[in-house]
Parts: sequence; structure tokens; C-alpha cells
Amino acid sequence: MTLKLGIFYFLAAFTVWAAAVVVLGKNIVRAAVALIFSFCGMAALYVLLDAEFLAAVQVLIYVGGITILLLFAIMLTSRIGAKAARVINDQAFLSGIAAVGLLAGLIYASTFGIGAMAGPPRLPETAPFLGRALLTTYALPFEVVSVLLLAALVGAIILARKE
Amino acid sequence: MTFASLVERLYAVTEAWGLPWIVPTLVVMTIVAAVILGYIAVAAMFLIWWERKISAHIQVRFGPMRVGGWHGWAQSIADGIKLLLKEDVIPAGADKVVFVLAPMVVFAAALAAYVTIPWAPGLIVRDLNIGILYMVAISSLVVVGIIMAGWSSNNKYSVLGAMRSAAQAVSYEVPLVLSLLGPVMIAGTMSMGKLVEAQGGRWFGFLPKWFVFPQIVAFLVYFTCALAECNRLPFDIPEAESELVAGFHVEYSGMRFAIFFLAEYANMFVVAAIATTMFLGGWHGPWFPLPGLPREVAQGLFGLFWFLVKCYVLIFVMMWLRWTLARLRVDQLMDFAWKVLLPIAFANLIVTGLVLVLGKQALLYVLGIAIVLLVAIALAARAVGRPVRVGKA
Repeated sequence: MTLKLGIFYFLAAFTVWAAAVVVLGKNIVRAAVALIFSFCGMAALYVLLDAEFLAAVQVLIYVGGITILLLFAIMLTSRIGAKAARVINDQAFLSGIAAVGLLAGLIYASTFGIGAMAGPPRLPETAPFLGRALLTTYALPFEVVSVLLLAALVGAIILARKE
Repeated sequence: MTFASLVERLYAVTEAWGLPWIVPTLVVMTIVAAVILGYIAVAAMFLIWWERKISAHIQVRFGPMRVGGWHGWAQSIADGIKLLLKEDVIPAGADKVVFVLAPMVVFAAALAAYVTIPWAPGLIVRDLNIGILYMVAISSLVVVGIIMAGWSSNNKYSVLGAMRSAAQAVSYEVPLVLSLLGPVMIAGTMSMGKLVEAQGGRWFGFLPKWFVFPQIVAFLVYFTCALAECNRLPFDIPEAESELVAGFHVEYSGMRFAIFFLAEYANMFVVAAIATTMFLGGWHGPWFPLPGLPREVAQGLFGLFWFLVKCYVLIFVMMWLRWTLARLRVDQLMDFAWKVLLPIAFANLIVTGLVLVLGKQALLYVLGIAIVLLVAIALAARAVGRPVRVGKA
């Protein structure tokens, strides 16, 4: 058990370090590359939580899809990689409040516990369970998300095609 | 004595010594990783030599003939030593950290995919229950490494190559995953071992139960997308020599370039292994008990043999295509992925699902064979209609 804890701390430190590079890095391409490492760290944490399906999907969607599109967009934007990105934004105060609030909530949740944090059900395999749940109990939210994504897709095409 | 019993004995011995379980686990992991690394190195060197020979014979040349004697078999070894001894050049304008990291990411992604390759019955590093999803996910990391390499080199050609690679990979990954869903739906599992087991036995007494027959469309879509994922002709616009010099790895030399090269051939094998596992029945093939060996060992040896034979036949087809077809243009490439492959993959998924719901799996086999026959007849008709050239062209 202590070994698992040690691995967890190592992975957590790695993920947080990568995330810090994303936020604090001046070079936008380097930040995107660090984001990939951060996502991979998250995937490893999912594996540690016995959610290997989620881990694989995390790598497939976030690393293989979203980050690549992100890098693609950065490279299409002329010379954005050469400029130093601003680290502190205009809304630093607001986001600081949000961050402190989130931290307080997390500390409260991990010390006193909240309803949603009840121990996860032990499943031998998560993938079949997830598939069944998505197509029965959560069929409607699943479809709503699909429609939302379709709408976003159509919207993006219309924006891109205005000539 | 099988591999699994050896591992169990190691666990028992270390437990008797009072060591925690992490010690034997680490030992086993290190040995397995070393074996796979050795296999990749040898296989890549063989594939490079093989590709040079195939390309030479397709172009009516000899290819490497001198190094090592017999048909220049040691050419790859000589090239490898040459690359090892070369100076390690990092361009002054490059982003050094990302530049150094990029080949490692590419190679790590290629290596990690070997974890779930089912070599033979019981011979698989770890039969994850999300096997095929894991392989697809981990292979997508290669593109990340390519983009890192292209951008960090600070070179126009390499950035262009990286961008083309990103566009291509993101487009072709969609039909690739969709085409792999067909076999997963039939077998009802994503574990590589169980997928192969589901393809045992025969239909109608003579036809092997391989998924290539009911899923012929998916197989063709997968193979096309796999060529694109490997950046091989006709999908090699990321490294198109005539336009981009060498694409994303223009600035790489010496050992770093060798690692890219190694990863490319390691990836080719992964792609062929996925196709073999999902469509060509994996390790299934005729076998007989060998004298002096236990049944399982003989079956394992034959399994490994058939698996490798199928993989290398597919790799041969990939090389054959590379030296036969011309490169696609960027717009043709995108059109093909989104307007041809994607609808076909979706149609295949719908038909497969429909047939499975109806509970008539045999129908899929009949459909698949009908498609093969139709295509064969159409090709034959075209060949007959064409004027035959006799003698010198």
C-alpha cells in the first residue's frame, strides 16, 4: 500500500510540475508540449485508480487529438511561437479568487468528506460497465452531448467558411 | 516449462528470501523490456535491409550486395555503426530540450505499443482488457513526438512536415478507430488475447474464422489508415523528400536520426501486428505436436511462427505499395480520409451492428466473401478489357 502511495505522489508531482510549466511557461509551444506530459500523468493516475478505460481514452482524445490540434493551431498562427506569451492575465484577481475557492473546497472535501466522494464500486472491468451505463441509464445525456458536439462542429465549419 | 511458470517460480523464490513483490516485478519487467528492445533493433535492421532489397528488385536493381557477403545482409549493421559514430549535431537555433526529447517520445510510444501484442498463446506481456484501445491510444503519441521534432528544429521544412503529419494523423485516426470497432463488436472484447481466441475454429468446415472475411471492408480501411499513420507512401507527405527534403527530421543526424528510423520500422511492425491480431487470426494456423516437446510448447512455437509470418507478409505489402504507388497531394489526402474512408467505416459499423443484433453472424461472412468475389470479378473484367502488351514495353 505504501508503494502505491509512493507511486501516486511521484505521478502527482510529475503532473503538477507539467501543469505548472503549462501555466508559467513563456513559450507557447513548450507550454503545449508540457500539457501533453500533464495529460499523460493524469492518465497514469487514472490507471492507479483502476480506471484504465478512462486512461486510454484520456491519451487517445486529449493527447492524440486535442493537443495535436492545439499545436496545429499554434503553428498555423504566424510567428506566435517566437513571441513570449503573457503569463499573468488581466483577470488575475478573479481567477485568484476562483483558485483559492477551489483549494478550500478540495481541502474541505478531503478532510471532512462530501456525499459524492463515497468509495467507488469495485468492478473487475470498467469498459463493459461504462458502455452499458452510457447506452441505458445515461442514454439521454450521452445523446445530448453528441448533439452539442455536432452543433459545435457545424458552427466551426460555418465560421471557417465565411468568405 | 512455459514462460508463466518461470515467472511464478521467480516470485516464489524472492518471496522465500523475504523481498517485497516489487523486486521480482521489476526484474521481470526489465527482462521483458530488454527482450522486446532487442527484438525491435534486430527486426528494424532486417526490415531496413529487406526494404532496400525489395525496392531494388522492384526497380530492377540489386540493392546492397557487398557488406557481409550474402546479398549484403550486414548493410544495416554497418549503417547503424556509422550513425552511432557520427557527430551529435544540435542546430544553434533549435529549442534544445524539445529537440532532445522528441526522438525519445517517438521511440517510447513505439515501444510501449509492444506491451499488448499477442505473439503466441499465452505469450503476451500484459493482456490488458482494453488492449486494442491502449494500442491505438499509445500509437497516437508518435505524432506528438513528430510535431515536437518539427517545431524544435527551427527549420521551415521540418515545421511544414510536422504540420502535415499532424493534419494527416488526426484525420486518419478517426476511420482507423472506427474500422477496428467491427472486430471488437463481433468478438465482444477489446483484449488482444481474447480477440485472437475468438477467431479460432472454422466456418463451413474449411474457412478459418478470421475476422478478415466478415470484416473485409474494415480490414481495407484499417490498412489504408495504418499506412497513413506510419507516414508511408502513398501517404508520406510529412516527409516527402522531393518537397520537404526529409520533413520533420531534416535537422536530426547521428544517433537521434537513427532512433527516428528505428521507431518508424518498429511502428510498421506494430501496425502489422494489430492487423494480424484483429483480422488475420493472430497466432492461429495449422500445427502439429513436435517430437520431444510438450504440447503447449509446440503450439506456442507454431503460434509465434504463424503470427510472425502474417505480420511480415503485411509488412511486405506495405513495402510493395511504397515502391509502386505515387504520393498523394495534401488535398487529395484529406478528401480521401473524410469523404471516402470515414463514410465507408461508418457504413461497415452500421451493417455489422445490424447483423449482430439480428443474430446472424454467418451473414457477415457471406457478405464479406461476396464483396471479395465482386471486386475480383470487376478487376478481372478490367484486366480483360485492357489491351494486353506483349514483349517489350
